[in-house]
Amino acid sequence: MSKEQSGEPVSGASKLFDLRVLIGGLFTLYGVILTVVGLLASEAMRTKAAGININLWMGLGMLLLGVFFLLWWRLRPLRHDPPPSD
Amino acid sequence: MDVLAASDTLRLDVKALDYGILAVYFALVITIGLLAKRAIATSEDFFLSGRALPAWVTGLAFISANLGAIEILGMAANGAQYGMSTVHFYWIGAVPAMVFLGLVMMPFYYGSKVRSVPEYLRRRYNRPTHLYNALTFATSSVLIAGVNLYALGIVLEATLGWPLWLSVVVSAFFVLVYITLGGLSGAIYNEVLQFFIIVAGLIPILVVGLHSVGGWSGLQAAVAKTDLGADSFNTWQGTGIPWTNALGDWVGIVFGLGFVLSFGYWTTNFAEVQRALSAKDMSAAQRTPLIGAYPKIFIPFLTIIPGLIALVVVPRLGKSDALPYNDAIPLLMDQFLPSGALGVAMAGLLAAFMAGMAANVSSFNTVFTYDIWQTYVRPGRPDGYYLRVGRVVTVAGVLVGILTAFIASGYSNIMIYIQLLFSFFNAPLFATFIIGMFWKRVSPMSGIAGLAAGTAGAAIMHFWAYHLPYFYPGGVIDPTHATMNEQMANFYGAILAFLLDAVVTVVVTLMGEPKPEAELAGLVWGIPDPSAPDPSTLPKPLWWQSPKVLGFGALGITAVLSLVFL
Repeated sequence: MSKEQSGEPVSGASKLFDLRVLIGGLFTLYGVILTVVGLLASEAMRTKAAGININLWMGLGMLLLGVFFLLWWRLRPLRHDPPPSD
Repeated sequence: MDVLAASDTLRLDVKALDYGILAVYFALVITIGLLAKRAIATSEDFFLSGRALPAWVTGLAFISANLGAIEILGMAANGAQYGMSTVHFYWIGAVPAMVFLGLVMMPFYYGSKVRSVPEYLRRRYNRPTHLYNALTFATSSVLIAGVNLYALGIVLEATLGWPLWLSVVVSAFFVLVYITLGGLSGAIYNEVLQFFIIVAGLIPILVVGLHSVGGWSGLQAAVAKTDLGADSFNTWQGTGIPWTNALGDWVGIVFGLGFVLSFGYWTTNFAEVQRALSAKDMSAAQRTPLIGAYPKIFIPFLTIIPGLIALVVVPRLGKSDALPYNDAIPLLMDQFLPSGALGVAMAGLLAAFMAGMAANVSSFNTVFTYDIWQTYVRPGRPDGYYLRVGRVVTVAGVLVGILTAFIASGYSNIMIYIQLLFSFFNAPLFATFIIGMFWKRVSPMSGIAGLAAGTAGAAIMHFWAYHLPYFYPGGVIDPTHATMNEQMANFYGAILAFLLDAVVTVVVTLMGEPKPEAELAGLVWGIPDPSAPDPSTLPKPLWWQSPKVLGFGALGITAVLSLVFL
């Protein structure tokens, strides 16, 4: 706090983390969980969803999106412009 | 199919798996707040994310900020109540307004380096105009934050059996933590995550629901047998004069809902514009509403169509107090989603409510701190002081939101409640902005005069409409006022507000002195900011990043869909 009060404070925006990791991580995790639940789905679960194994399809879809975000993050990492003062 | 008719109450069958999915989500929400805190050193970091975010993040946050209770439950309710005409809120309303914001207005907002929408009014007009707008905006955002909180409370009460007060306090606590710590970055990052999770949760409802009613043609055939009738799939059906459509005539829809209300909301509401101001450069700021427009075009398929499916699957929907139209989406979740998918859909719904609230609180704290506190109460303090004020105001805003949550319960249809507020305050705003932005002669005092006249006009129309036969179905006044078309009265109220504001602005301008041109640099069309970088020196964006290509692309898709569902 004392640093902020002395003189012109410098933006901390360059320390902001990359959201793609979190989106990728969450969707990969949810995707794996739902795919497993879908593969083990009981007849009752399928009947409830009008005969569709919705957990399996949803799981695969979320897994795909999660992997997309993780790949995007790995292949095009975030680059911050160097702050003008340094 | 009609499993709910027997018990007539909604209670989701939530298993340990679903609670696990919810727990992971809520842990991540807090984590985002904690991680975003490290990037906050200045008040601009807290209120505007240090103006450093990429366009895809701000663009998704732009629509996510609006994808709260109003949108998801309200639009599904409208779908069940009014049919496909509800798409006018998107295709006549939101999308053209978002394109206009990106292509036409954003250069003035972002280029002038204003920190908020009220600040633009202060520099373009004067302090009274600014104070009027800052106060009305701050008040209405806290109210809307409360509405979102209330909607969340009733959903948790209905689906999980939590008492209303407990749901309200717990969800307010989560919002409080992530935006007090993480500021606007915490809010925006959570909004983007929420966008994906709500879409992931709504798609299965649409797919399973459509499959169970026999696909699109099956849905049309089934809806034709309900009270809504076969016409409910034609979006302009009954919008002639005299009208029979539940949204009223085409004049109200095109000019009131489209031109005045939607342009007013999407182009001047700071909860939206703030997302674009946090973008890293002018190009990203312009692309923010344009990128948001694309998902916005397709969101009606995830809200309105489930509303229609609910009407078919739950025949008593809207016919008893235990099954209000607003329950359409939770009812379908209960009916169709097995454990697992249900957890994701629940996470999406709760995330949407929290994001809806967070968007309003994070714009409220910015306007309160910069536009009220720093401008009128305690100017000239060091930056760190305003950062601390911002955090305190955030806590206060959430507390007021909790109080408001209980006030909001007085109105049966959340959508109409919100529309009523917007038609009073937002409708005149668009006139004041658009005239001030494109006519340099406009005088400072005309700002406040026009806004006051327009707000009064909207309020007058609201009460006057009850005594006009035209606003009643069949043109006959119902003495109890129960059948009065409130949506249409709001649309016409907005038209009157716009006209009154425009007339008063012009009259007051002609009586007064214009602002010196030097003070208008960068704020008004035709007076460039001399310190702005020369556009020819800026890097040229790739063709698919061009705002014009993105904007006209969105309009083209909307036009095609409008013809398909004519």
